[in-house]
Amino acid sequence: MVLPARRQNRKESRPAMSEIEKTIPIEVLRYRPEQDTEPVLQTFQVPFTDDMSVLQGLQYIKDYLDGSLSFRWSCRMAICGSCGMMVNGIPSLSCKTFLSDYYPAGLRIEALAHFPIERDLVIVMDDFIEKLESIKPYIIPKTPRALSEGEYLQTPAERDVYEQFSSCINCMLCYAACPQYGLNSKFVGPGIMALLHRYNMDSRDGGAEQRMELVHSEDGVFNCTAVGYCSEVCPKHVDPGNAVNINKTESAKDYFLRFVMPKGSNSGAAK
Amino acid sequence: MKPRAIGKRRPYVRPMAGWWRKNPYFVEYMIHEGSAFFVAAYALVLLVGLLRLSQGEAAWNGWLFALHSPLSIAGHLLLLAAMLYHAWTWFNIMPITLPPIFVAGKRLSASAITAGGVAATVLASVILLLVVWRLTS
Repeated sequence: MVLPARRQNRKESRPAMSEIEKTIPIEVLRYRPEQDTEPVLQTFQVPFTDDMSVLQGLQYIKDYLDGSLSFRWSCRMAICGSCGMMVNGIPSLSCKTFLSDYYPAGLRIEALAHFPIERDLVIVMDDFIEKLESIKPYIIPKTPRALSEGEYLQTPAERDVYEQFSSCINCMLCYAACPQYGLNSKFVGPGIMALLHRYNMDSRDGGAEQRMELVHSEDGVFNCTAVGYCSEVCPKHVDPGNAVNINKTESAKDYFLRFVMPKGSNSGAAK
Repeated sequence: MKPRAIGKRRPYVRPMAGWWRKNPYFVEYMIHEGSAFFVAAYALVLLVGLLRLSQGEAAWNGWLFALHSPLSIAGHLLLLAAMLYHAWTWFNIMPITLPPIFVAGKRLSASAITAGGVAATVLASVILLLVVWRLTS
């Protein structure tokens, strides 16, 4: 079999790994459904330089030691949110985590916690994607607006209200950090709540009432027990725990306001 | 035609048993949540006092006497330590639970919110101590 030209080139352009003296043991949780009944740990000795990320360590394994290792990655610079995994038990972007920080003891890499493992470090993210769709993550205009009316205007102050929550890259580290999601995957979870909050807070949006139904529901915000680890591990400082907990207050407000608001008023009250 | 690999899909769900022991952050979470039991325990101590008060002077004095025992004092010191820890962790998580607060156009930082909560507790405790001191001396 002839390797694709790109891969051949990459091999040649890499520093000659054989000249690098430092190696680090990387334990990887492997799961190959066609041969493993349950995940097993496999250790690789990986030569590395101080500027190498954990992701590059995995790429070394795949290129030189075991081509069957599966993992997701794309941008290599903490933008795409593809390479989330557990590094020594901590939800991390592997492109933003460096091998030298684990030298000489080594490190253990596992698939993101609380998600089913599809294969090796690849998780099944169907649940997350379905939830993402369910919150209508787009601006729902308050009133229909013709193209001729031009763009929506928003002041910097109006933008500041939601900007932090719009930084989410859907990396799912917060789900791997949330024991409540691990115990009950029906819980809408931190990242999706942050995104829901981002649209609800947008001055151009009028869809809050529709989205609040999920917030109030059995699967909504009250599954959260304020562990707070979601906000701790977020690589983009979104503070999803804050979005969840602000919406506990919003939900409670809606619940009690429906007793004082006249029927049929457009208050966004709980159904 | 469906790809052949689809038949080999066998997603593995990892067990959650013992989840809180797997990360120091979760261990601390369980400890600070668990410290709420000490708060409840002290509430019980006070409720028993109230009950004894309703049963007459002898019962009340008996309760007061029991509070002076070395065991009770040691227990109270333990309760105090646990409640201080509980209060600290409570204020520590407070920034996550509050909507953004703007002071002079700038968002109040998490540490400022925590410090504000602690300061309010210290102030309230000092005022309470002074009032009780005045009333009893």
